[in-house]
Amino acid sequence: MERPLISVSGLSKYYLENMPVLKDVSFNIESGEFVAIMGHSGSGKSTLMNILGCLDTATDGHYYLEGRDTAALNSDELALLRNRLIGFVFQGFNLLPRSSILDNIGLPLLYAGKSKAERREKASMMLERVGLAQFGDRRPNQLSGGQQQRVAIARALVTDPKLILADEPTGNLDTQTGGDIMKIFQTLNEEQNITIILVTHEADIAAHAKRLIRVVDGRIATDQPS
Amino acid sequence: MIIGSLLGEGWEAMRANRMRTLLTMLGMVFGVGAVIMMLAIGQGAQLMVNESIASMGSNLFIILSGSTSAGGLRQGSGTVPTLTLADAQAIGELPEIAAVAPTLPNNAQLIYASNNWSTQVSGTTPAYLEVREWPVISGEAFSDSDIRSATRVLLMGQTVARNLFGDENPVGKMVRVKNSPFLVLGILSSKGQSLDGRDQDDTVFVPITTAQRQLFGNQFPGMVRFVMVKAKSAEVMDKAERSMNELLKVRHRIHPGQEDDFSVRNLTAVAQAAAGTTKAMSTMLGAIASVSLLVGGIGIMNIMLVSVTERTREIGIRMAIGARRRDILLQFLFEAVMISLAGSFIGVVVGIACAYFFSRFNDALVVVTLSSVLLAFGVAVAVGVFFGFYPARKAADLKPIEALRFQ
Repeated sequence: MERPLISVSGLSKYYLENMPVLKDVSFNIESGEFVAIMGHSGSGKSTLMNILGCLDTATDGHYYLEGRDTAALNSDELALLRNRLIGFVFQGFNLLPRSSILDNIGLPLLYAGKSKAERREKASMMLERVGLAQFGDRRPNQLSGGQQQRVAIARALVTDPKLILADEPTGNLDTQTGGDIMKIFQTLNEEQNITIILVTHEADIAAHAKRLIRVVDGRIATDQPS
Repeated sequence: MIIGSLLGEGWEAMRANRMRTLLTMLGMVFGVGAVIMMLAIGQGAQLMVNESIASMGSNLFIILSGSTSAGGLRQGSGTVPTLTLADAQAIGELPEIAAVAPTLPNNAQLIYASNNWSTQVSGTTPAYLEVREWPVISGEAFSDSDIRSATRVLLMGQTVARNLFGDENPVGKMVRVKNSPFLVLGILSSKGQSLDGRDQDDTVFVPITTAQRQLFGNQFPGMVRFVMVKAKSAEVMDKAERSMNELLKVRHRIHPGQEDDFSVRNLTAVAQAAAGTTKAMSTMLGAIASVSLLVGGIGIMNIMLVSVTERTREIGIRMAIGARRRDILLQFLFEAVMISLAGSFIGVVVGIACAYFFSRFNDALVVVTLSSVLLAFGVAVAVGVFFGFYPARKAADLKPIEALRFQ
């Protein structure tokens, strides 16, 4: 049997003693899945997302990414994993305001050690794929929210990651634009077999995914196909 | 991360907060400017002292005649005619001594055509030029036969030549000294200022015998005011001083316990002390100025800390997409060094300009050397790295999730 892309077992996270944010969470995610993690605010879904993204570490339990125990990796090795394996899409877009759109998209390649020419070429390609080719030299604040989120997706894709982690990607967008963004995720999942994990509190957004994990008070309540 | 992009990022960050960057740089501008200017003034002073010392001659002693004491009232050195030509000759026979020049200075009016000039006229021997390392650049020096026959010839310093002759060549011309005609034998090279600021070229030399017998009619035949002595090497200076003291004590019949009627002074030691003082002064100027560099550096650290806090979220984003610890560290370190380098570049320009104006309005010599500019740049980079390191490390040590969550 092929090993799962993500394997979580007995994961717990405490910020304060006796106040678990995550409690004994276990699941596997295979390569190519489209999973929605749903829960109310404060349910621990964002904390789970941050741990899956190697931005945060668990207090207890194990998280294996491509079979590697992330607890055994140092900060530089985690940075490398984030750079090569994972693409992030955030609710607030998180683009660098002073950099041009193309520079924003190319930034992960900078940390991957790619040359300037290579960065620009790949970034232009990505920008074209999200349909914003003409905006390369603008700054993020000159684009609409939906456009910014598409730039963020282009940035997440620029290193050809296996996994996209999207934290409330439609949270700051209207329904129409949010739907467009979700279609992009669906296409990526279906046509390029990229694993997508989506964190949301909206049921109709979660409905785009093929599998739904509900988190309630730090525990997995349900885990079923949707 | 690649240097080019580090420079670009640094430049962007500096541009984003123009006013703040400028004010931070100002600290470095003043710091580096002050160091450049102080070093320039200090080195200028040192150069002046060193030139004076070099113009004095090396391994040099001066022997002065003693002071009179009349009814408890003591006069200055040289008021008793105790030193004679014979003393000078005896000193010249000591093994440590290279050359001896008995000297009898006085003032006189010189006249040539319609020009006249009052200057110091010193009677001395040809050895004087050797002792002072003072070549004749035009014409020739007087010789021992001029001393023996007390001829009316003279050697002229450049200031005197300029004032009496203007553009004319004085060699071979006759000038009147105290109304006696003298032949100008030669012109001396220029010595410039002495340690105490006198113009050493404003002087005339005649054979000592001529001075004694014809110019400054003297109640004590053979008397000289002082004797200039050159030792054979720097190593025998102490021994030479002792030998001369002993010799003169015997010749002047000074009994043990009795006060000497002469004094031997080591001019080279005096000059070295002066050089040491100047050097200490210029080092101190530099040290005081570098305190302002330190203050400039603290300014950079202050602003970088603000910048790191302000850009915590940016740091979080960078970390999320794969920036390693050292990428963040280098980014902020580069920014600090760029600010300090830009500041010090302006500082060098300002410092040189200030030094130039200082020399214009104070008639002081200032010297801006390449090494002091390089030193200022080097220190600026060091200041940037040193004071940029703590904020940069603070940025690099942020936890990705905490940085991302920062509002």
